[in-house]
Amino acid sequence: MIFSALKSFWHKLGSPRWFFEMSQTWVFVLGWMALLLLAAGFVWAIAFAPADYQQGNSFRIMYVHVPAAMVAQSLYIGMGVAGFIGLVWRMKLTDVAIAASLPLGMLLTALALFTGSVWGRPTWNSWWEWDGRTVSTLVLFFLYVGIYALREAIPGQVLRARASAVIALVGMVNIPIIKFSVEWWHTLHQPASFTIMEKPAMPVEMWAPLLVMVLGFYTFAGFTVLSAMRLEILQREAGTAWVSAWVSGQDPLDLKKGA
Amino acid sequence: MLKGILWREWRLLWRARSAIINPLAFLILSTLVFALAAPEALMEMSSVASGLLWAMVLLTQLLSLDAMFRRDYDSGMLEQSLLCVEVPFICVLARIFMQWLGSGFIIAAVAPALGLLLGLPLNVLPVVVLSLLLGTPALSLIGSIGAALTVGFSRGGVVLALIVLPLFLPVLIFGTDLITAAQQGDDYALQAYLLALISVFSLAIGPFAALAGLRISLELR
Repeated sequence: MIFSALKSFWHKLGSPRWFFEMSQTWVFVLGWMALLLLAAGFVWAIAFAPADYQQGNSFRIMYVHVPAAMVAQSLYIGMGVAGFIGLVWRMKLTDVAIAASLPLGMLLTALALFTGSVWGRPTWNSWWEWDGRTVSTLVLFFLYVGIYALREAIPGQVLRARASAVIALVGMVNIPIIKFSVEWWHTLHQPASFTIMEKPAMPVEMWAPLLVMVLGFYTFAGFTVLSAMRLEILQREAGTAWVSAWVSGQDPLDLKKGA
Repeated sequence: MLKGILWREWRLLWRARSAIINPLAFLILSTLVFALAAPEALMEMSSVASGLLWAMVLLTQLLSLDAMFRRDYDSGMLEQSLLCVEVPFICVLARIFMQWLGSGFIIAAVAPALGLLLGLPLNVLPVVVLSLLLGTPALSLIGSIGAALTVGFSRGGVVLALIVLPLFLPVLIFGTDLITAAQQGDDYALQAYLLALISVFSLAIGPFAALAGLRISLELR
């Protein structure tokens, strides 16, 4: 029962049109959830969460920094999974997903690096520290840049899709090795006094808004990626009857009757 | 069949000796550039030698990788061999092996001389060779993916570098650490195992992804 429902969902995913029609609701729900969560989390984090006894108010940038880094990583893994599905099942939608996740992932990685740098100034007294997590985020950024450069260099849509699927998959498989090696490298080069970054036992009043912000960022990413995917689908399917019907505001059901 | 492929690859390698010698010259030249750019580091060269050596090896690999499939791609030989051979996978694997023989292996062979140039003590030199022998196969295997995907571009070099350099970093880290550990008289078995692990792991994914990349590039023209 559940299996057959999943199977039919999987088959329907192969159709950009079906996805386009279904995602209208998803985008709506995710968009509102993101707005509510981000607004609530933001006010909570800025106004109500207690100041850190060591870092004062500067730690509040964490509420942007941590979710951005988390979502950026998840998006890359999502791209790898999409690449795998695209290579195995040749689904059109997976490349749409990669194309939509790529810019957001790059931007969020850059945001994580930037906020980390701003946070580092008062905390570590320097704009840039070769900290383990900083370095692996930087490497993640360059993994994104690699896919981006490859996509830019390939003209045809089909080949671009396959090439970026291959490289996204290879990158995803390599992420654990890269993370492990960077952590290894970090323990070798550990600067003496920077232990503030080690996960402290945060009180509930501090991590609860963080949780809200993380959820907010994830729903926001879902909203953005789905919206970008919908736009991309419209562009790619521009020649089809259902797109012209949708653009001109015609009810697709009428179109079916007419045909 | 395998013998025939390997024999062809070997003759190709032998006849294009400049493709081996030029990257080697680049390796030594870039070491010279670094020595001139940071004279202070010359005083304590042996403390940065391992990292410097591995960084230069990574860059040299990029040069060598760019030429990996290019001539066969341009002449149409690549298409032929992927079509005619029963198992195209073997073709790719043979090419990767020869590329390694002409880059990683040769670098490992001249590494003792480079090590002396960089002020490494004599007893560490065998360890330098060991680290290169264990680590460079991973560079050739992972690099072949990037080389396969970018062979269709007229200027694929930069894209190739952007794709594969982040994937090279683990090899750089463990390779450097292996030599450093040996310099300090520590046990380096763990780093050696990890390097070997990365190489074996790359063997499991590299040729397949490279073959997929070649098929994409062949359709590109």
